[in-house]
Amino acid sequence: MSAAAAALGVLRRDLLLALRRKSDALAPVFFFVIVASLFPLGIGPEPELLRRIGPGVLWVGALLATMLALARLFAADYEDGTLEQLALSPEPFVLLAAAKVAAHWLVSSLPLIVAAPVLALQYGLPADTIAVLVASLLLGTPVLSLVGGIGAALTLGVRGGGLLVALIVLPLYVPALVFGAGAVDANLAGTGAAAHLSLLGACLVLAGFFAPWAITAALRIALE
Amino acid sequence: MANWYRFSSPQTFYPLAGRMVPWFGGAAAILTLVGLYIGFFVAPTDAQQGESYRIIFIHVPASWMSMFIYLVMAGWAAIGLGFNTRLSHMMAAALAPTGALFAFLSLWTGALWGKPTWGTYWVWDARLTSELVLLFLYIGYMALHAAIDDTRRADKACAVLALVGVVNIPIIYFSVQWWNTLHQGASVSVTRAPSMAAVMFAGMLVMVFAFWAYSIAVALARVRAIILERERHATWVHDLAGAAA
Repeated sequence: MSAAAAALGVLRRDLLLALRRKSDALAPVFFFVIVASLFPLGIGPEPELLRRIGPGVLWVGALLATMLALARLFAADYEDGTLEQLALSPEPFVLLAAAKVAAHWLVSSLPLIVAAPVLALQYGLPADTIAVLVASLLLGTPVLSLVGGIGAALTLGVRGGGLLVALIVLPLYVPALVFGAGAVDANLAGTGAAAHLSLLGACLVLAGFFAPWAITAALRIALE
Repeated sequence: MANWYRFSSPQTFYPLAGRMVPWFGGAAAILTLVGLYIGFFVAPTDAQQGESYRIIFIHVPASWMSMFIYLVMAGWAAIGLGFNTRLSHMMAAALAPTGALFAFLSLWTGALWGKPTWGTYWVWDARLTSELVLLFLYIGYMALHAAIDDTRRADKACAVLALVGVVNIPIIYFSVQWWNTLHQGASVSVTRAPSMAAVMFAGMLVMVFAFWAYSIAVALARVRAIILERERHATWVHDLAGAAA
């Protein structure tokens, strides 16, 4: 079996597992929707204000939802020993770990991106801004999954894991948040989102290249 | 020629660190006294900012140290991961609280300076924000170390985290800087041309060395405690305790 086939196998397995447990996979979306709905209740329904804070609220909501889903990234496989088998397999572990992160992104972040336009309408964002929001989430949430994967791997089986992941990962999410929400803001202000989206893409390339290695190193430490 | 690798063993490093702590501690005390004397009595009052500028004698060295300590910590973490030396990990763990202290001190003194100068304790300036993120990175590092019971795993996991953090710091800094210029939130800038009198600069430099000496002394004292804690089952620690008793 080639390395690519092994990675695809891991991806397919994780997607299948997620399909069998739909409620787990849907929890981040509902969290996202609820958080986004709480802000108008807390701040007030003025359309002008909501349009102003919309990009930031939606991005922070998506970021928190992605972060909460991180706990499930490796935990089950770590407990039942699957992760150890993956680490022992002759195929490169870094590819298998990357496949797991990719599956996690498809399961927990893609639904957020589908839900985001609807929430953006609640905040009164215009149509072309919503397109930029979706584009920024498409580029930005993989960064969140990759960087978050490092935190998830480092805290495997550690007590107070969930809160610890937040503490470790949230400071590292700052660039993605700045460029992601900045892209939507820039479009809203009429200055063009291309620069922000390019930088977000650069973050994605960097994270895509380096994060899987850090994740593998962290997983090997956890499995020792 | 002396064999420096000898001191990479906790057993031989422990007494060496013990001999160095008073020297660096004493240097820190003397330099702080000299620096503060220059800062409070020799340096003239600033034409624009009045007396409030004197906070820079604490604030600027503390900010520098907070960033520099993170680099040193990541350096020890890299050495520890690369050569699998226990003492390097202990040094990294010993540096983290001091780095966090300086980051906090820098934010705190900055807020105290900001109130009379800018009229507000906090602005979302790029430097302030990235210093805050740096403090969060330190806190995350210490929290991770405290949460893992197995020290070997804690060391290595924290080393990976420190290295990930050090790669991210420039990205975070530039993203925050760009975010700030884009939002035009704060009309004030910290990056004014430093038209500083020579005596002010001298006072600041003395304080920088004082903080260096303090950091080294405290880190060495802390690493001694960490060595004792981790090697408590080793014979040499028992011998040491027996000799002291």
